[in-house]
Amino acid sequence: MNWLIAGALIWALGWYVNVRLAALPKSRVTSLLVPVIFGVTLIIIWECVVRGLQIQQVLLPAPSVIAARFASSTSILWQDWVQTVLKGMMSGYVIGCLAAFLTALAVDRFDFLKRGLLPVGNFAAALPIIGMAPILVMWFGFDWQSKAAVVVVMIFFPILVNTVQGLAASDAMQRDLMRTYAAGYWKTLFKLRLPMALPFIFNGLKIATTLALIGAIVAEFFGSPIRGMGFRISTSVGQLALDLVWAEIVVAAITGALFYGAVALLERKWTFWHPSQRS
Amino acid sequence: MRNLFPVLTVVAAIIVLWYGAAVWLNTPWAYDKAQRAGVELSTSELIADTWSQKKPKLPAPHQVTREIWKTTVEKKITSKRSLIYHSWVTLSATLLGFALGTVLGIALAVGIVFNRTIDMSVMPWVITSQTIPILAIAPMIIVVLNAVGIQGLLPKAIISMYLSFFPVVVGMVKGLRSPDHMQLDQMRTWHASGAQTFWRLRLPSSMPYLFTSLKIAMAAAIVGAIVGELPTGAVAGLGARLLAGSYYGQTIQIWSALLVAAALAATLVAIIGLIQRIVLNRMGMAQ
Repeated sequence: MNWLIAGALIWALGWYVNVRLAALPKSRVTSLLVPVIFGVTLIIIWECVVRGLQIQQVLLPAPSVIAARFASSTSILWQDWVQTVLKGMMSGYVIGCLAAFLTALAVDRFDFLKRGLLPVGNFAAALPIIGMAPILVMWFGFDWQSKAAVVVVMIFFPILVNTVQGLAASDAMQRDLMRTYAAGYWKTLFKLRLPMALPFIFNGLKIATTLALIGAIVAEFFGSPIRGMGFRISTSVGQLALDLVWAEIVVAAITGALFYGAVALLERKWTFWHPSQRS
Repeated sequence: MRNLFPVLTVVAAIIVLWYGAAVWLNTPWAYDKAQRAGVELSTSELIADTWSQKKPKLPAPHQVTREIWKTTVEKKITSKRSLIYHSWVTLSATLLGFALGTVLGIALAVGIVFNRTIDMSVMPWVITSQTIPILAIAPMIIVVLNAVGIQGLLPKAIISMYLSFFPVVVGMVKGLRSPDHMQLDQMRTWHASGAQTFWRLRLPSSMPYLFTSLKIAMAAAIVGAIVGELPTGAVAGLGARLLAGSYYGQTIQIWSALLVAAALAATLVAIIGLIQRIVLNRMGMAQ
């Protein structure tokens, strides 16, 4: 009971502080502090509720238990991370991005292909492509190759559609200017159209980061060697070792946020001239 | 209509590639069989064999079509082998999750737009959460809810809800903030209350954003329902068909479940697109 009261008090305190902070003029400090306080309050309340109501370990482990498990099983987590993220996800991401980019260049050269492929690509983006996972696991075996293949299939269309859209972003006036400079196809591509396409391409790349991680993890539900984050999640759920599952989820969340952040940082560096990057 | 011919050409090319890939992938097994039977295969016999194997690596389109026909039209709907039955299981979870996610998403978006504290505390987390592979916790939600005694439709719907929730929040916040200063000032000169501004200006101008995010949310909800069916041990639903098919190497069954799931997703998204056209037309907002 004391734990519950403590949780309610902390909630009230955190919310009060946030209300006061939000009323201040917006600055870098407040816009960073407010969400951090909110997040920390939520975690403390989670801890208090689990202890106060004495929720069983197998239903919802407390954050402290998850943290302890995280610290004690770093070697397992590392091994799974290497298998899923470095081998499965990253190789699939690189291959998928390159394949989609080159296809987009080819599609862009032929108007017929553009009109034919874009609707199909948009259609494919709405499909539950993750369902291809069991087939690809059958074709490429249990190891990371099949996970990379799932990632490639999942990210291909979002990047293709965005890149083709981006390559159309330069207007006729600008292309005419390039022609008056006697610039050929390749020169126009590298000096004008690719830089103009970058914001669109980065949009596709950012969507693809999340899809890639989901693809690599879910593909492991359909079969994998005895390591990998998806494998660990599905088997630990079976053993009701939920603290390990949560630890894997923490790893996945950090990986996803960092990967996305890295791509966003690159975007800021390369497309600093775009209105959305100038605040 | 201008795009019809190119699109049909691309689709035809995909089907031709599919048949070609079926020959390529299924050839080793065809040769293997022929060798054990002690017969030589001519090229035409080889191709015919690769397109009619029982458990091919890649079933040919006509095999999948026949399987879909057999499991939808020729089976009773109540039968456990009917794909319509399995589609309905998935569809009901999808729709329930989608409805819950939309309602919750709009509610949170309204809170974010009207309350600065909620905006500053919650919005960064909503954006961060989009970078996290939420689908990874699907098995856990299913098992935990199962342990509490909640089974069947609801756990899957919760996963769908979770996935469709975020696009709606992000889209609606953008949409509710889309009226510019001029319009908001105009409302103020009319002495409009907060509620009036919301109902007469903010909500109507958010509609295009809402429909765009509803399409994304629907696609996400289907993925959620399918993945949610995996850890329950393949009881019912399209995800269960996928898993059972992959256990027993029934590739034709996997492909037919996959195509039906694709058709389901396309239909649902198209329905939202249709509603969008009608609503925006009646509101005079059609582009």
